[in-house]
Amino acid sequence: MSTTQFLFAGFGGQGILFSGKFLAYKGLTEDKQVSWLPSYGPEMRGGTASCSVIISDTPVGSPIVSNPDVLVAMNLPSLDRYEDAVVPGGTIYVDSTLIERKVRRTDVTVHYIPATRLANDNNMDTLANMIMVGKLLSEMNEFNEEGINAALSKVISARHADMLEFNLKALKIGSEN
Amino acid sequence: MVVFDKPHALSDMPMHYCPGCTHGIIHRLVAEAIDELGIEGRTIGIAPVGCSVMAYDYFNCDMIEAAHGRAPAVATGVKRALPDSIVFTYQGDGDLASIGTAETVHSAARNENITIIFVNNAIYGMTGGQMAPTTLPGQVTQTSPYGRDTNHCGFPVRVCEMLSTLDGPEYLERVAVNNVKNIKNAKKAIKKAFQNQVEGKGFSLVEVISSCPTNWGMTPQKALKWIDDNMIPYYPLGVYKDRSAKEAE
Amino acid sequence: MADKVLMKGNEAIAEAAIIAGCRHYFGYPITPQTEVAAYMAKRMPKIGGCFLQAESEIAAINMVYGVASTGHRVMTSSSSPGISLKGEGLSYLAGADLPALVVNVQRGGPGLGGIQPSQSDYFQATKGAAHGDFHMLVLAPSSVQEMADLTVKGFELADKYRMTSMILADGTMGQMMEPVSLDYKIAPPPEKPWATTGTKLEREHNIVNSLFLVPEKLEEENFKRYEKYKYIEDNETMYEEYMMDDAEICLVAFGIAARVAKNAISEARKAGIKAGLIRPITLWPFPKAVIKAASQKVKAIISVELSMGQMIEDVCLASEGRVPVTLCNRAGGMIPSPKQVLQAIIDANNGGVK
Repeated sequence: MSTTQFLFAGFGGQGILFSGKFLAYKGLTEDKQVSWLPSYGPEMRGGTASCSVIISDTPVGSPIVSNPDVLVAMNLPSLDRYEDAVVPGGTIYVDSTLIERKVRRTDVTVHYIPATRLANDNNMDTLANMIMVGKLLSEMNEFNEEGINAALSKVISARHADMLEFNLKALKIGSEN
Repeated sequence: MVVFDKPHALSDMPMHYCPGCTHGIIHRLVAEAIDELGIEGRTIGIAPVGCSVMAYDYFNCDMIEAAHGRAPAVATGVKRALPDSIVFTYQGDGDLASIGTAETVHSAARNENITIIFVNNAIYGMTGGQMAPTTLPGQVTQTSPYGRDTNHCGFPVRVCEMLSTLDGPEYLERVAVNNVKNIKNAKKAIKKAFQNQVEGKGFSLVEVISSCPTNWGMTPQKALKWIDDNMIPYYPLGVYKDRSAKEAE
Repeated sequence: MADKVLMKGNEAIAEAAIIAGCRHYFGYPITPQTEVAAYMAKRMPKIGGCFLQAESEIAAINMVYGVASTGHRVMTSSSSPGISLKGEGLSYLAGADLPALVVNVQRGGPGLGGIQPSQSDYFQATKGAAHGDFHMLVLAPSSVQEMADLTVKGFELADKYRMTSMILADGTMGQMMEPVSLDYKIAPPPEKPWATTGTKLEREHNIVNSLFLVPEKLEEENFKRYEKYKYIEDNETMYEEYMMDDAEICLVAFGIAARVAKNAISEARKAGIKAGLIRPITLWPFPKAVIKAASQKVKAIISVELSMGQMIEDVCLASEGRVPVTLCNRAGGMIPSPKQVLQAIIDANNGGVK
């Protein structure tokens, strides 16, 4: 019986909501209880974007993640804002291309992934988010292609099928980093 | 032999209108048009708030009583749900040109395929004679006791002229019912406004200059003359828009 | 689970409405419910339905009134300030006994307020939507699945009782995604011999109307309507009881607040405090009887709300002063945290001593 609370945060355009949605769908295809809650309103426009994802073996209570088990921070303001909220013993994934400082907390596990640089190097500028998720899945021992493909086919519409492979590749790059 | 009878679309309910009021004539013209076009069975009328609030009792077709000013929105709903029905609203000047201005303008802009009978008598009758959006400059009413002061409360709204600036509406005409000749013209216009809907042509509004002897404080005869002397000069009769006719030229 | 899809609450409402046979939607853009309109704009033209963006909330509710008069299933959706504008139409719908579905995805108020989730339209929805004596059926979903389920139920109840059903949701419910199954068996709507569909010259004319100038007649209409309301109170009240069997502290909460309350109850039970939840699903009719029964066995009741305390008045009335009733709330778009609710439980368990 377990419940994991994720918080994805970054700026608008980084695919924050998308990566959260992918993770929620992956949970759904694996028969978990899931919820996904975005920030909404003007702050979506170029400001910080965030979304709460909960994946659980039991029904999800509040969908609001105030104290995440896992924080994925994709810009400095997000790390500044949410670092202290992470539960002791939790995990923080940092896009180290865009966040130059180190995590100050000593009671959490931290992974630094130069996701934005990796994305640029591989001609997939918009997929730094999925590189982060790839790393996250592999660290959580959840990197199974079957579940990933099932979830990707749900979040990527048929007319953008060519994006499926790109996303898969990004996830792999993340997992191998 | 019957030479003059009540139109079938008009019910037997005695009307509540004041002596000399021209609502009765306009009701009759609407009912005649419905009869002549053979559309009573598929017509749905929408009554306003104002003197004609109880029009739902006077027509034999299905009727809906709308909130003040909202008849064109209600008509929009009915017409969208029942595209084969014939939908008309019957509204006064306060209802259509004051509280319901937005609904009027936007149903016209959308070219809703409905018919609007707009009765303009330059006063709020039901509430006892207050200033209307169409009350003439200088006209005395209960709420303009020293005469409508345009410096203070602005100018009357000319609905047909205003709507004619829109690309949406199909047909806009202003008529009057103060003499036989005008009544005959009014009948033609009202029938055309229904005919347009039957043919799917779109938004058709007939503004009918009407009298209110009670609240104008005049005899019925004097009120009819007052229309000629005061109303029509400010609200010229005529066709303000007739898209199909124009396209046919 | 295989047939489940992830949907936003707003989208779930829209799709469920379509499944329920609603083919007419009228609305005006306002955050945080615009997804309902966007979904309808996309889907309706493809299924022969009508999506129309109205010039105002007032026009939208009156277009609803028009369609409802013809007997077709119809809806509009908005958020708090827009619902205020619809108030007039809601009163007319009630006065003319027309069925319709109205969705309020609430945001903080008063005035223009904010756009974050709120429950501060509770009074408006359950007691004072507009002038005159009337009620709406008020349904309060607490999950995306319920957003869909209660939409279907809302249409059915609206038709059954010739009333407006209001879905009283909030920004969280509208924006969040959860798995949804949309597998419904939709019963054909009841016959509507009162509808204005044209007489076809085969019957007397129908009149949809809320004007009754003779007071005796208007009183009779009101008495009749309230007999119906009484029947609905006796037969249609819905609620969920959660861990109430042995509860000593009873929380009452709906919508998003109920979900936060459940988290707090788990924590309280870990700490040895027997807390439970009564979650009203219908806010009108309000589940008075179950709260009254709870008040006869618990130590204290806590009303958890995203408002300055509105539902708490109904909780107090239902519990008839037997036990202390306290408020645990946030307002203006803020949401109580499980921690805050837990503290309220601990305080209540200590007899109100902080």
